[in-house]
Order: sequence, then structure tokens, then C-alpha cells
Amino acid sequence: MSLAPATTLWFARHELTLAWREFVGMLTGGRRTRGIAIVVTVAIAALTLHLLAIGLVSPWVAAGIGPDKPTLLLVSGFGMLFFSAMLSQGLESVTRAYYARSDLDLILSSPASARHLFAVRTAAVAGSTMLLACLLASPLIDALWLLDGPRWLAAYGVLAALGALSAAIGILVTIALFRIVGPKRTRLVSQIVAAVIGAGFVIGVQAAAILYYGSYSRLTVFQSADVIAGAPGPSNPLWIPARAAMGDPPALVLMLASGLGALLVVIALTASSYGRHAISAAGLGEARTRRGSAAVRFRSVSVGETLRAKEWKLLARDPWLLSQTLMQILYLLPPALLLWVNFGETSGAHVVVVPVLVMACGQLAGGLAWLAISGEDAHDLVATAPVTPRTVLAAKIEAVTAVVAVILAPLLALMALSNPTAAVIAGICGALAAASATAIQLWFRTIARRAMFRRRQVASRTATISEAFVSILWAGTGAVWAAGSWLAIVVAILAVLVLGFARLIAPRHP
Amino acid sequence: MPVSVHPPALVISGLAKSYDRPVITGLDLTVNAGEFYALLGPNGAGKTTILRMVAGLLQPDAGTIAVFGTDTARDPLAARRVTAWVSDEPMVYDRLTPLEYLEFVAGLWQIPAGDARRRARDLIEWLGLSQHADAFCGGLSKGMLQKVALAGALVHDPRLIILDEPLTGLDAGSARQVKDVLIEKVRGGVTVIMTTHILEVAERMAERIGVVSRGRLVAEGTLAELRARIGRGNTSLEEIFLDLVAASPETAAA
Repeated sequence: MSLAPATTLWFARHELTLAWREFVGMLTGGRRTRGIAIVVTVAIAALTLHLLAIGLVSPWVAAGIGPDKPTLLLVSGFGMLFFSAMLSQGLESVTRAYYARSDLDLILSSPASARHLFAVRTAAVAGSTMLLACLLASPLIDALWLLDGPRWLAAYGVLAALGALSAAIGILVTIALFRIVGPKRTRLVSQIVAAVIGAGFVIGVQAAAILYYGSYSRLTVFQSADVIAGAPGPSNPLWIPARAAMGDPPALVLMLASGLGALLVVIALTASSYGRHAISAAGLGEARTRRGSAAVRFRSVSVGETLRAKEWKLLARDPWLLSQTLMQILYLLPPALLLWVNFGETSGAHVVVVPVLVMACGQLAGGLAWLAISGEDAHDLVATAPVTPRTVLAAKIEAVTAVVAVILAPLLALMALSNPTAAVIAGICGALAAASATAIQLWFRTIARRAMFRRRQVASRTATISEAFVSILWAGTGAVWAAGSWLAIVVAILAVLVLGFARLIAPRHP
Repeated sequence: MPVSVHPPALVISGLAKSYDRPVITGLDLTVNAGEFYALLGPNGAGKTTILRMVAGLLQPDAGTIAVFGTDTARDPLAARRVTAWVSDEPMVYDRLTPLEYLEFVAGLWQIPAGDARRRARDLIEWLGLSQHADAFCGGLSKGMLQKVALAGALVHDPRLIILDEPLTGLDAGSARQVKDVLIEKVRGGVTVIMTTHILEVAERMAERIGVVSRGRLVAEGTLAELRARIGRGNTSLEEIFLDLVAASPETAAA
């Protein structure tokens, strides 16, 4: 089909072509068999998740699901959890549309209207946000559809509306930031806001569960008798999203109209400023380089110190990494709160907190290790310097572990005051998780630019899966050990086996 | 002496741009239609900033830019229609073939699909890219990518081509091909403005040379005029360039 050039549809076709080819390339890596293997793996994983979801919702369906207050509260709670994550993703993606320079120079130097491109890219943000939420929610929605009827398919419509609303809010926040803090700081502030929004609701609900109900489960708040009693009646407009998700046609139409309408209005109102804001963001590279160049001073005396100082400087200057680290730290707030609430008690709280800390150690170390080991922008420079590879690696690993230690130390200290044994267990298992994640990143290292951090998970799925499994198993070891069971040894052996398997299948480096 | 009725290809008046400090200060520059103009200057002199403002990729703080008589601030689309911008880093998509890329660029300049395809094929053949026409750009060498980007700049028949360091990283063969293409375009009446650090290229190809230092145009003219300005005949452009940059008040003050 031939479309008039430089129109919205023409740009949409161009973006879809690129996105599809990128997806296929990422999936297959140029090999058809790998694509088939991944499709089969994903199908098996989806089937397993659906079976688990069916098991989870069966008792609920058997008890009968009606539009009563407890059900509406629970569905709304789930919806809010998804919406906060979608809002965070939407804001982050919209900001990227302003700052990513890949093809903006070409398009903005052409007579084509940037408004059309903006409309297409914003729609893509809404679409991808919605698609991810649908994928994550699909086991639950499909299970409810199979067991309780097709009315639950309307939940996909609600997710579509929320995806559109997230993109619309993302645009408004980004433009507001451009005006308030200026293009130089918008990206960093927006990434921090996205991290806070993404984690904020989850942490807030969890904090409420810990403070008022002594439970670590987020669902406790939505199932609490007090909250249910205080919630408005089923006919209240507050429940429109929940009613829409449960298949109420007028509520669904209202949701779709609100979400899509908001997106269209925001695009229409802000599209004309896209080119202007993108151009103002374009001049930042030079400005930042000029200012930053004066501040770099390496006063270290040894090669190891120089390398460590360089890693820390680069880590501290990476806004995306900062927001990701902030997210990890935010997720540590609930266990910190649980520790504080249960301070001085020898209750089971520590059994919950230990694995959370161990997981955080593993995940944080994995991300940082990738940046330090694989994400080396000046690989050839470091490789040709008169330094042994061993010294380089040692310095990078020390830099990573020091950052993890600095972040986790206050929590471990707090725990040590309350329960020294649990603190020692968390410290040992956390160190093992961090060391394992770093080792996996070392074995599966590739040469990549730091800017590729976002795609590190797809660069080596084996490394990502191994890292996640090992972290989970060390977290499990910590939990079982903190509970005082000898079975911790079995879980630890499993962790070592997975680590050994990862070593076995890792590519050999010269 | 005949008076040209055509407006100059580029007229820059009082251009200024600051980041953390002033980068361009009160720059005036005129490039005639059909001229090959080389913009020289040390690293950080502001050459790329000037060209990015001309291409509409940066907003000036002050001053005006006119492309063939069209004020780029008042009618940016009209100015862009006749202009092509080639950056030092080729702007191509990894997962488009050169043919698809050229059709996309032609589309941005609203060239009908049939014409776009024909022009794209002609350019690919002309630049010796036929063998790679259907391979993804992601697999091409830097030299080939630069040629694809150059083809993208030519596909809409611009009257003004602005190139920022187009020969960086190219082998001798590719560099020769790019230079030949540019010379042929100038012979056909197109205006070319190019920044380069390869002074021999500027010396051999450019009709006029502008030297920028610390955001100011410190000297401008033909090679002979520049030689006369520093009072030495038969001097290489390298000597002239180093003399001019060293003599500029800003450099002297630094």
C-alpha cells in the first residue's frame, strides 16, 4: 500500500517496520532455530503461569464473584498496582522520545512535520505500555475468563485505557519539567519521578500493611475489614475502572473514551512543541561535556585506585543507572520499615527481611557488574594499557562490591542491633548473591557500550536467567537459614549447582 | 561586472549561541549560490554549532539565518526543503536497507513513492552500493554508511548541502568518491558547505575558506586572499590556518 509521504500513517508504518525488525532480530539473533526455541520456551512459561493463575483464582470463582465492595476494592487495588507501573514506564518512554537522538537530527532537519512523528511515537509509548501490562496481567485475566466467563476480557480494555492515560500524563509531566527545571535537568528529574511513581504505590501499600496489619503482603490492605467497611458503596463512581474490568459495558466505554480521549487531546495540544523541546534537548550534549570536563581529577596513586575512581565517577554520572539504583533502594524501604516495627522482637519478621536483602544484593550487583565489566566505553584503551587484565577485573569488581556494601550496610547495621544472627545470615548470603551475580556477568561478559544497559537482559538471556535463579536460591538459603532449618544447606547446594551450570555453559574467553 | 540576481545560498548575521559560556558570538557569514565553501577551525571553535543552527537543529540565541533568501526562523520548512544535512556520524537505521533508507528520506522531503524509488536506485548505483542495496545498514562498514548518508542528502535534490566532517574515518577510495560526488554537485549549481580538519581537502576543493576560532569568523576568502592576508605567498593552508588561529584575539587572550 502506498501512503502519502511524511503523514502520520506513513511515519506509523516506518516505526512499525523498524520495531518489528528490531523485535525479530532481538528474538532470533539472526538464527531461525533460536527464534523457535525462544517461542517454545515462552509458550511453556505462559502455560505454566496460566495454570498457576487458574489455581489461584479457582477458590475465588467458586465462592462467586459479584460487584460487591470487597471484590471492587481488590480489583481496584490490582488496577492501581498496574497503573503505577504503567505510569512510570510511560513517563520514562516519553522522556526518551524527546532525548533519543538516533534519527531526530535527520527528521528535524527535513521539512516533514515533527507533529506527525510525535503523534506516532506517543501512540507507540501508549501501545507498548499497554502491551506489557496486558502480558503481565494475561494469566490472571485469562484464568478469570476461562472460569468465570468472557466478561473479564474487558479488563484488557481497561489496561488499554490506562496505557493511553499513562502516555498522556507522561507527556504533560515531561513538558511541565521542561518548563520548570529546563531541558538540562528534565531527563534526570523525570527518571527519578518515574522511579518514585513506579515504586511509590507498591511501597505505600506494603508500608500500610506492615504498620497497621503486621503483614508483608500488599493484598492485606485491600482485604482488610476496616478498609472494606470504610470504602464507598458499589455504585460510587470511584469503582468505574473496577466495574469496567469486570465487564460492565457503560463503565468500559467510559474508561476507553477517557483514556484514549485524554491521549488525543494531549497530543493535539502539545505536538506542536515537540520539535522545539527536542531541539532544546539536542544542545545539551555539548554543554554538559564542557562543564563536566573541568571537574574530572584523578588523584589516585595506584592503577587499581585510578580504575576504581573511574568506575565510581561514571556510575555516579549515569542518570538512568541512578534512577534504577534509586528504585532498588526504594524497594528496600518496606523491609527497613518491617525491621523498625519489629525492633527488639525475635518474631519471624527477619525471615521475611533476610531474603529481600539478599535478592537486592544480587540484583544490584548484577546491574552494576554489567556496567563495570561489559559496559566499558573505552574497552580498547583499558585493554592496551600497561595493566594486567587481572588488575583491571579486580578493580572493577571492588568498585561494584563497594557500592553494594555502602547501600546495604545501613540496613544490615539496623538488623544487627535487633537480631545479630539474622544480620550475619543476610550479610553472608547477600555477599554470596552479589559475588555470584558478579561472577556470572564476568563469565558472560561482552563488549558493549554503557548506553546499551537497557538491553543487557536480552544480550544474554542465559546470563540473566542464571543470575535471577542464583539470587533467588541464595535468598531462599537466607530465609531457610534464618528460620533455623538445616534445609538451608540443600538450597545453598542448589545455588552452587546453578552457578556451576552457568560456568559450564558460559562462553570461553581467551 | 555582472550583478547576480540570485540571493546568496546562506546569509548569517549577528549569530550568537551560549551554553555554559558563549560559543558563537556575533557571527556574520555569507556563502554564494553554487559555491564550495570550507569552514575550518580548531576543535571546539563552534563549527558544528554554526552548521546545526543553519540546519535547524539548534536554536540561536540571537541573529538571523537566511537560506536562499528565506529566513529560517520565519519559514523553517521552506528553508529545510532546499537543504540537506550530513553529520559526521552517519544517521542511518541499522535495520533498514540502503534502498529503504533512501526511500524513507525521500518521503521526509515528500517526494512521491515512484520518484523516490527511481532516485534511490540511481544514487545507489552511482555511489557503488548496488551490491549492498538489500542488506541491512547495520552490517555495512563506516565508509559505506557515510556513502548511504550522503545518498540520503542527495535524494531530494537539495540546493544547499551542509556536511560536518564528511571524510572522517573513510578510506582513500571512499573519500575520493565522496569528494568527486560533491565536486560534481557544485558543478551542477549546488552549494556545498563543509567542515573538515583535513586542510588539503579544503585547499584543493573549496572556492572560499572561512576560519572560525572561539565562535568568531577570524578570516575568510580564497586561498590567495588568505595568503595575502598573512603576507606570505606560496604558503600551505596549514601554515595560514595555524597563523590565523594563533593570531585571533581570543586565542591570544587565552
